[in-house]
Amino acid sequence: MNESGVLTPVQAFLADRFGAAVVEAHAFRGDATVVVQRERVVDVLRALRETPWRFEMLIDLTAWDRLPAEPRFEVVYHLLSLERGERLRVKTRVPGTDPALPSAVAVFAGANWFEREVWDLFGIRFEGHPNLVRILMPDDWEGHPLRRDYPLTEEPVEFRGHVPKVPSEIIPRVPAPGEDP
Amino acid sequence: MATLSREDLSGLERNVLTTTVERMLAWARSSSVWPVQFGLACCAIEMIATTTSKFDIARFGMEAFRASPRQSDLMIVAGRVSQKMAPVLRHIYDQMLEPKWVLSMGDCASCGGVYNNYALVQGVDKIVPVDVYVAGCPPRPEALLYGLMKLQEKIREQARVGSQK
Amino acid sequence: MALARETLTINMGPQHPSTHGVLRLVLELEGEVIVSCQPVIGYLHTGIEKEMESRTYHQNIPLVDRIEYLSSYHEELAYCSAVEKLLGIQVPKRAQYIRVILCELNRIASHLVWLGTTGIDLNVSSLLMYCFRDRERIMELSEMVSGQRMMPGYFRIGGVAADLPEEFVPAVREFLEEFPRRLDEYEAMLTDNLIWRRRHEGVAVLSREDALRYGVTGPTLRGSGVAYDVRKAFPYSSYEEFEFDVPTGQRGDAYDRYRVRMEEMRQARRIVLQALDRLPAGPVITDDRKVALPPRRELVRSMEAVIHQFKLVSEGIHPPKGEVYAAVESPRGEKGYYIVSDGSNRPVRVRVRAPSFSNLQALPAMVRGGMLADVVVAIASIDIVLGDVDR
Repeated sequence: MNESGVLTPVQAFLADRFGAAVVEAHAFRGDATVVVQRERVVDVLRALRETPWRFEMLIDLTAWDRLPAEPRFEVVYHLLSLERGERLRVKTRVPGTDPALPSAVAVFAGANWFEREVWDLFGIRFEGHPNLVRILMPDDWEGHPLRRDYPLTEEPVEFRGHVPKVPSEIIPRVPAPGEDP
Repeated sequence: MATLSREDLSGLERNVLTTTVERMLAWARSSSVWPVQFGLACCAIEMIATTTSKFDIARFGMEAFRASPRQSDLMIVAGRVSQKMAPVLRHIYDQMLEPKWVLSMGDCASCGGVYNNYALVQGVDKIVPVDVYVAGCPPRPEALLYGLMKLQEKIREQARVGSQK
Repeated sequence: MALARETLTINMGPQHPSTHGVLRLVLELEGEVIVSCQPVIGYLHTGIEKEMESRTYHQNIPLVDRIEYLSSYHEELAYCSAVEKLLGIQVPKRAQYIRVILCELNRIASHLVWLGTTGIDLNVSSLLMYCFRDRERIMELSEMVSGQRMMPGYFRIGGVAADLPEEFVPAVREFLEEFPRRLDEYEAMLTDNLIWRRRHEGVAVLSREDALRYGVTGPTLRGSGVAYDVRKAFPYSSYEEFEFDVPTGQRGDAYDRYRVRMEEMRQARRIVLQALDRLPAGPVITDDRKVALPPRRELVRSMEAVIHQFKLVSEGIHPPKGEVYAAVESPRGEKGYYIVSDGSNRPVRVRVRAPSFSNLQALPAMVRGGMLADVVVAIASIDIVLGDVDR
């Protein structure tokens, strides 16, 4: 639920039009967000691009790994409506065992490289993408680097007379206050 | 035929230099090192700034950055070397003709810099032999010029002590 | 006998004088005409996003500097704005004005690099010298403020690291006093120059529809006639208090983008002068002790301040659980940060929305059907930074 407790007009429209496919709708620090089921995400994007909402720019398409939570990946779309000066975040969740969802290339041509990057770094497949190959890593790279179980692969620095720390251990992770690690 | 008298030859030592062939070559090589255009990331901008009028690399004879590695003597690795770029770097280095030198500019090229992860080669000396390391992130143009002067000294020193190997 | 026709595939880069970095283009040519263009990127992929997940929020500020290395101040502002939005804290007014001044000076510096490198690509090599001479003045100003020419590491979460030195404001005024004359010089040299116009007009045309479809932002989008500027659409850091225009082009060719960027430099100067005139007094960093270090004189007197200092340095900040997206208008377009936090002292995900990534995606559409020599102009007119494309 939004901080103010009220859905924005866009969120209300989506909840109305797509019903159960809209899993969540909330806003945090002024960013309106909807979470939809992965099968319907392209329909949602297409509906948002049409009048009267006119979210005609796909600003960003990315993902993040919620390990150990399930469903493991969350694919995030950031949309912008120039006419109405409004941003919207559309999210969908994808399980770790079968990370696949329909491609948004038909709706936004700019999704092409974004989806290739998500495939490269997370291993999430986009069905219907014309050319889903690696874009940032070398073509023969194995693994998907931005997954949480992929190591950062830090090289320890050699020092004499001192036990070296890798950079990520200089300030170790401290969980949120009140949470156990 | 007129012969030269002792008086004619008396001022000769002030007008004639004697040296070895190696020192001549080293003087020529160090005074006109031509770098190959190999700017990768942020250090490349400081490298470009070094070629501009405030810092003026041309006074060292190095303003001719050649696009082709076949025509250059020095590879200034200016920036971070990613895993995808490493074979390209080696390829360019292999195409340069002897004698050639490598100057590793900046922290990322020297040792991986601020980054220590899967994507970067931790120091370009894992791929090519480096002659001079210039530290900094990015090194100031003055620091790069100092590194280049050290390289010139090294080239001249190589004439004194023997070949590159 | 029938003529067999084949296209020629050539490779441009990653080591190339005119690709503005390690960009590789696989071009398919029919004669001199480009049939298709495939950019191959990733030669500068640094894994910054993953690296940021293993550092605290403050430790990430120097990493963030090095992404879009020509506009480090904008990068820092975007990251700090995103974390500040996540924390829900306010930045003091003086710090906001300082950020605006430095960002606009950075915009001028970045556009000067664009102009200089475009010049040298088109063999107007003295332009490089002139532009970098002016950029050196801005580098001196940056050094006065933060100690570094590039990659300042000056902004902090909640404000800026330290107040401006005394000699800064007169030095900026002196620079801005003579800057319009320099710009007039460059425009006199280029704007009506027959060669410059012939190489830029009608070249690398990006239509309005294509620009919106690819998510292009910044001067590349504004050259195609869409007046979208994050500073006007979603004002941040007190931009709503400044008067400035957002120039747009009509035809979407390289010439319009050139005109847009030249005018943006003038408007940036206008903003800096307004900010200097109205620079408020006050603190330069938030006084929320859970976010910003206490001033050193407090450490002598207060035990609580010592504890806060210790916690911040050894642990870092703990933003609430949640996610935010914050964007700024960098010289290349919309630079956004999407940060996901789980309440610990490290971000779970930092996503850098890179303007050059989206802008480069539009390159094939711009060069198709054009000549090979126009590819150089196209790349120069988009003004990409490969560190931003590959991160």
